[in-house]
Amino acid sequence: MADAVRPRRWRPAPLIANPWLRHGLTLGAAIYLALALGTVDVNWARVVDGLDRGARFIGGFLQPNFSSRWDDIVQGMIESLTMTVTSTVVGIAISIPIGIGAARNIVPRPVYYVCRSIIAVSRSLQEIIVAIFLVAMVGFGPFAGFLTLSFATIGFLSKLLAEDIEDIDPASVEAIRATGSGWFSMLSYGVLPQVMPRLIGLSLYRLDINFRESAVVGIVGAGGIGATLNTAIDRYEFDSAAAILLLIIGIVMVSEYTSSIIRKRVQ
Amino acid sequence: MAVQQLANGRFAWQRRTARAEWLNWLAWLAGVALTVFCWRVMTESTIWDYVWDAPTQAADIGGRMVPPRWSYFPNILKPLWDTLNIATLGTLLAVFISVPIAFLAARNTTPSVAFVRPVAILVIVSSRSINAIIWALLLVSILGPGILAGIIAIALRSIGFIGKLLYEAIEEIDAKQVEAISATGASGPQTLAYAIVPQIMPAFAGITVFRWDINIRESTVLGLVGAGGIGLNLESSLNTLAWPQVTLILLVILGTVVISEWISARIRHAII
Repeated sequence: MADAVRPRRWRPAPLIANPWLRHGLTLGAAIYLALALGTVDVNWARVVDGLDRGARFIGGFLQPNFSSRWDDIVQGMIESLTMTVTSTVVGIAISIPIGIGAARNIVPRPVYYVCRSIIAVSRSLQEIIVAIFLVAMVGFGPFAGFLTLSFATIGFLSKLLAEDIEDIDPASVEAIRATGSGWFSMLSYGVLPQVMPRLIGLSLYRLDINFRESAVVGIVGAGGIGATLNTAIDRYEFDSAAAILLLIIGIVMVSEYTSSIIRKRVQ
Repeated sequence: MAVQQLANGRFAWQRRTARAEWLNWLAWLAGVALTVFCWRVMTESTIWDYVWDAPTQAADIGGRMVPPRWSYFPNILKPLWDTLNIATLGTLLAVFISVPIAFLAARNTTPSVAFVRPVAILVIVSSRSINAIIWALLLVSILGPGILAGIIAIALRSIGFIGKLLYEAIEEIDAKQVEAISATGASGPQTLAYAIVPQIMPAFAGITVFRWDINIRESTVLGLVGAGGIGLNLESSLNTLAWPQVTLILLVILGTVVISEWISARIRHAII
């Protein structure tokens, strides 16, 4: 009767109830960690060499140099911003029909499958890989970036729009249908008013993402601020690179703040 | 919604008032004007001959890409393993850094709303604004090429993601449980361990697995800038115009992404 004598201590319930599974997972994780850390072969001499550059980079954040590459930065920013706006608009224009087509509850089955496959293709390809191919096809410059970002927008926006349409309240659709309306009136009076606030929110969010991605596609030659950034880093001009990064962070912060205000007003 | 009186004295329902109609129209006009302006600025330097030539180029590249060079497969097993390690170790590192930051950023756990919270939020926003590839680009030039740069790049980008979602989860916890625990006389750390942590644990696990899945996707391309993994093979195959190898690598990346997405969906389903 040891239990009766010694007061038992309460313990919180473990996350995984089965002890075999719990300890097995812990052991597996430990083995994996050991193996994975073993593959990290660090060239310490190189790291020590790089420390000086790392310090210069951190110093660059404290004293960013906007002036020496100012013309390149302006050019890159203009390309990035115009690319962001046009690709978001075109992306939205294409995503809306595809998103509607990918909503199981309002379209026939064959349309649903076609639209879902378009979404799957767009989502599974990385922006930067798409950019490499588009640069090879249409040449260097922001037009390739525009195509890349539009393509990426389709997968993102259509998927979320379709899921949103699948979640709508069927009662209002039924009410519009009961007035004898056709499919398009049902769409514009029954479905779209319900998903509009979220669609606006998602579009603003995608505008943000497209701006951030526009800094990436430049690395492979698709125009934008990424090209300027790449050059600055390649030449070890960390103070210019820090200036560009600070500009990107600043613009993202402003646009996040603005879109949160717009979202609040819309919803 | 508005009602308008018609000439014959009857009332008709309108979707918007006249004022709203005008505002709506103006907003559309401004939007279209901005888009057209941006389009013109953007395409100033575009060489349209190349663009019209794109279908030919696409057909040409497409023709070279098939069939995939299957015999190359053994060469990418090691890089694939590196890619998985970059994503997993990067996520782990990010978890260690982002958990304290999330507690500092959440309104109900931060030591100071006026001073500490804005700093934590700034760290989160900065990390979120810069893509992992750009971090990798920087780190490769600082630390040299290799998977260490990849791991740190993934971690730096993930801090913002995990930090943001986690601090939002902390702000949404049920305050009654915290009150109940502190009413027993529990100290600060004890309240944290018995009232707050159990409430956010499922959200935390879900967020981490979700980010791990995104990181697998991102780590496959980090090699393009020299940060290790399967992207290195992609880069060298692209540079040598070995298109059949490119196809094989892309197929492997696609398969990896699909599998990791499936695993992450299963785990999140089991937790939540």
